[in-house]
Amino acid sequence: MIIRILGEGQFDVPEEAVATLNDLDAAVETSVEAGDEAAFRAALDALLTGVRDAAAPHEDGSLDSSDLILPHADATLDEVRDLLSGDGLIPG
Amino acid sequence: MSIMKRISLIFRSKANKALDRAEDPRETLDYSYQRQQDLLVKVRRGVADVATSRKRVELQVNQLEQQATKLQGQAEKAISVGREDLAREALTRKSGLASQITDLKTQHAQLQGEEEKLTLAQQRLQAKVEAFRTRKETIKATYTAAEAQTKINEAMSGIGEEMGDVGMAIQRAEDKTAQMQARAGAIDELLASGALDDVSQPGGSDDISRELDALSSDSDVEAELARLKAGSQPQAIEASEDGGDILKAEPEKAAEPASETTTDEGRA
Repeated sequence: MIIRILGEGQFDVPEEAVATLNDLDAAVETSVEAGDEAAFRAALDALLTGVRDAAAPHEDGSLDSSDLILPHADATLDEVRDLLSGDGLIPG
Repeated sequence: MSIMKRISLIFRSKANKALDRAEDPRETLDYSYQRQQDLLVKVRRGVADVATSRKRVELQVNQLEQQATKLQGQAEKAISVGREDLAREALTRKSGLASQITDLKTQHAQLQGEEEKLTLAQQRLQAKVEAFRTRKETIKATYTAAEAQTKINEAMSGIGEEMGDVGMAIQRAEDKTAQMQARAGAIDELLASGALDDVSQPGGSDDISRELDALSSDSDVEAELARLKAGSQPQAIEASEDGGDILKAEPEKAAEPASETTTDEGRA
């Protein structure tokens, strides 16, 4: 599975890592819904670290689209809300 | 639905919309390629802008550090001529500078991080654009409407996502750069107003050094006397501790004018 971390590029994540990453993802979601900045930061760090540790970088010269896309490592809670609302910075 | 899924869906649909304009797939391919080239130019400009800001902040830090060193020197000199009030003023200004220096260093690190990320994004986009160009030429050469449409959609969704990602990286870097420039500009204004002494004017005199210069030109003997007194000051402090009135009388400030007066009288 290809996962993109915004600002970092794409990673090839093995299937067996996905369950763990889903748990970490759930923690991010909870913290976003609670609006808890500290919990969000910790959860996002854990998720991104989980992806980087489990995965190898995807080849630069490919044009594959990602299965999943994750926020920037330094994204704020507000930026993630923007990403989720679709009102954010994604340039057209 | 998970965060990752939701972001992916929204991001992809937005990013691809931009590439989905022309009627003829071949036109779409050329148009997209043109956009990618434009974006690459923008990224290069972005890297250059961030680098410029980073250097500007670096200069700003160097200036403030020189200024802090100078104030430290002034404080030492002021103490050596027995002017604790001047020394206190110099150290107060120095501590104001210290927090600005820390602040600027943090911003410098941020800019450096942005610059590195942007450089990586640029390399990545360059590789993607090259891959897109190759694929585009293949599709155009063997063009059949149906087949081309499928392949284009494949190629475009990957590149659209990449462009969205890199485009966001540039915007973030531009925002950060603008913040840094505003910050550096504010410090420029402070320096210009003389609230901080501008060390870019060597030999330029500020109020503290004017007073110190006046003092040292008064007479070397007086400075020597004051130094001797400074050497004997610890005893004076101990004595006033015995009296127990340190808190009541602000002895540091109170002691100063007194010793000044004594000096003057002694000289006269």
